[in-house]
Amino acid sequence: MALAEEASRTTTRTDAAPVRRPNRWLKNLTGKVAMLPMILTALVIFLGGTIWTIVYSFTDSGLLPRLRWNGLAQYERLWSSRKWLVSIENLALYGVLSVILTLFIAFTLAALLDRKIRFEDAFRTIFLYPFALSFIVTGLVWQWILNPEFGIQGIVRGMGWETFNFDPLYNPNIVMYGLLIAGLWQGTGLIMCIMLAGLRGIDEDIWKAARVDGIGTVKTYVVVIIPMMRPVFVTSLVLIGAGIVKLYDLVVAQTSGGPGISSEVPAKYVMNTMFGGQNLGQGFAASTMMMVMVFIILIPWAYLEFGGKKRG
Amino acid sequence: MKLTTKLLAATAIVSAGAAGATELEVMHWWTSGGEAAAVSKFAEAWDATGNTWVDGAIAGGGDTARPIMVSRILGGDPPAAFQFNHGRQAEELVEAGLILDITDVSEAEGWADIITPSSLLDSCTYDGRVFCVPVNIHSWQWMWLSNGAYAAAGVPVPTNWGEFVSTAPALREAGIVPLAMGGQSWQQNGAFGVMALALAGKEAWLAVNQDKNAEVVMGPEYARVFEAFGAARDLSTGLNVQDWNQATAAVIDGSAGAQIMGDWAQGEFAVAGSVAGTDYSCLPGLGEVALLDTGGDAFFFPVTGDPEIEAAQKELAALMLSPAVQVSFNSAKGSLPVRPDVDLTTVNECTQKGLDLLAAGSTVPAGTQLLSPDTVTQLNDLMTEFWSTPSLTAAEVQQQYSDIIADAD
Repeated sequence: MALAEEASRTTTRTDAAPVRRPNRWLKNLTGKVAMLPMILTALVIFLGGTIWTIVYSFTDSGLLPRLRWNGLAQYERLWSSRKWLVSIENLALYGVLSVILTLFIAFTLAALLDRKIRFEDAFRTIFLYPFALSFIVTGLVWQWILNPEFGIQGIVRGMGWETFNFDPLYNPNIVMYGLLIAGLWQGTGLIMCIMLAGLRGIDEDIWKAARVDGIGTVKTYVVVIIPMMRPVFVTSLVLIGAGIVKLYDLVVAQTSGGPGISSEVPAKYVMNTMFGGQNLGQGFAASTMMMVMVFIILIPWAYLEFGGKKRG
Repeated sequence: MKLTTKLLAATAIVSAGAAGATELEVMHWWTSGGEAAAVSKFAEAWDATGNTWVDGAIAGGGDTARPIMVSRILGGDPPAAFQFNHGRQAEELVEAGLILDITDVSEAEGWADIITPSSLLDSCTYDGRVFCVPVNIHSWQWMWLSNGAYAAAGVPVPTNWGEFVSTAPALREAGIVPLAMGGQSWQQNGAFGVMALALAGKEAWLAVNQDKNAEVVMGPEYARVFEAFGAARDLSTGLNVQDWNQATAAVIDGSAGAQIMGDWAQGEFAVAGSVAGTDYSCLPGLGEVALLDTGGDAFFFPVTGDPEIEAAQKELAALMLSPAVQVSFNSAKGSLPVRPDVDLTTVNECTQKGLDLLAAGSTVPAGTQLLSPDTVTQLNDLMTEFWSTPSLTAAEVQQQYSDIIADAD
């Protein structure tokens, strides 16, 4: 009885609250004032900068930005450029494989570490360590490892297997896989740690229940645990996706776009046309297209992911 | 570092002592050993006049340095002077009125009479006014051959492109890669430019690069060049190097027969202790058409609005072309001086060949003086794709090359 009374009193209090609440905009004023610089930054720098870039992508700006309209000429040239098309193909290949392989390898490693193995800390450190290196260092290290004369191919040949061929960085057809190996080596550790944290957040009772029902370990992971870790996967996906779109320094360090133009990526195209070719308009058009591509992928996904929840 | 310390010390002394001395900040991307030594010659000469040279070196090459310089100029905090390659890179800065007109210095010093070839001054001249100081000459049209490699293969060192191609199988048999080529796009496009001038001749080359005549690209002279370039591609397989100096190193140690590269490659031979004539040979214009292009570096002076700095900028401009400074700078840089009335201290056989060609007026303007950086970037991309894609034929790349030339501004 006392409990019910207490409860009803709380309800009345919360019911009364909106009546007394002043203007919505003045609520939590200090917090809003504190946010002001960040809001301005977002509007002026991010939004303003983006709009500025889009506007100038319709001009023939060279070394200096100038408002001389050029219609869609920059976009026509962009989409008729072989280098740009190769860049898009490469990014798509790298992106798809990178998402699949990173999630798969990271989850497998995390699940293995989660089996309460010995020396877990040591393994975790080893797997996470490459993440502490920049892409430039990663690129250089793998450039040496994959060098046919000094790297893997040289060592295997030295052991007597004379016909062994493994030179991804000098073969235009497979050079993207050479980049992918380095990218995975660098980035998987972080995703593994996020996954491991997610796995540790799973209630022990789930495991007990699964054992009672006689479900195997692998099946428990796939059928029960992975669906429960949905938020963790979303976080991982966002991190991997951001890494893919801005793929640039790894390419510069490892192959500088070669052999030929076979490992070019969009971000590198932007940098090269803007600063090497002194053609800002073309660079702006390319970066606008990069943003459009991100939106094409992001908007439907964000709608499904976050829009659905609101309705529910 | 040493240079910086020295400069800081010099700054302190000068600012304490001489009143009226002007500090000029000079930005450039000369950071390698020889380059830094060369730029310190400018700094010493400038400090000796009682003014102060504030060194603004930017590591990472022109593509890194140029955007930084441009943003400083646009942001209203220009350096007093900055290095660009002369030619069309600074065109827009001049058009926007950001660069100091130094025509009066040019007239007072009589640059029109002393700067040889005159195309160097022309490429600093926009609408009849002079905006930059050319300080040196670098040319692309050289083939460097390893005497040791040819001795090992038992064939005489070629004296022209035809002999080079016909002796290539002998080199292959001896396990030597005939042509060393780095993987960077500018090297492949540069080598193509050299072959175009040597095999298609001056007229066709100028029609393409100067008049942007796309029909000439499709013509028979250029068809031969594309064929030869395709053949050269096969001659270079087996050597996987990236940087130009690695390719030069392969020529120096005799694992490659030859390299097509500008005269800056001679610096590498000198560092390795190779002697022109005995250890290596050089063929200007591939031994076919002995013409040199005349690229190089130039200094520009941004408008500051401060009359004192402006006077100092003009003084520095005149100093850079004075005979003593030209000798000390170019000796350190390994480049040729822009005035023929000075003597370099050490001249080897190959440098002498270059000087003779300059004196005879066998020169053409550099590709960077004729083509905009945008066009050069497109050609770089095309030629590097061709070089690394064996399935791409000479005819296909010829068509694409002519499309780019037709669109060139």
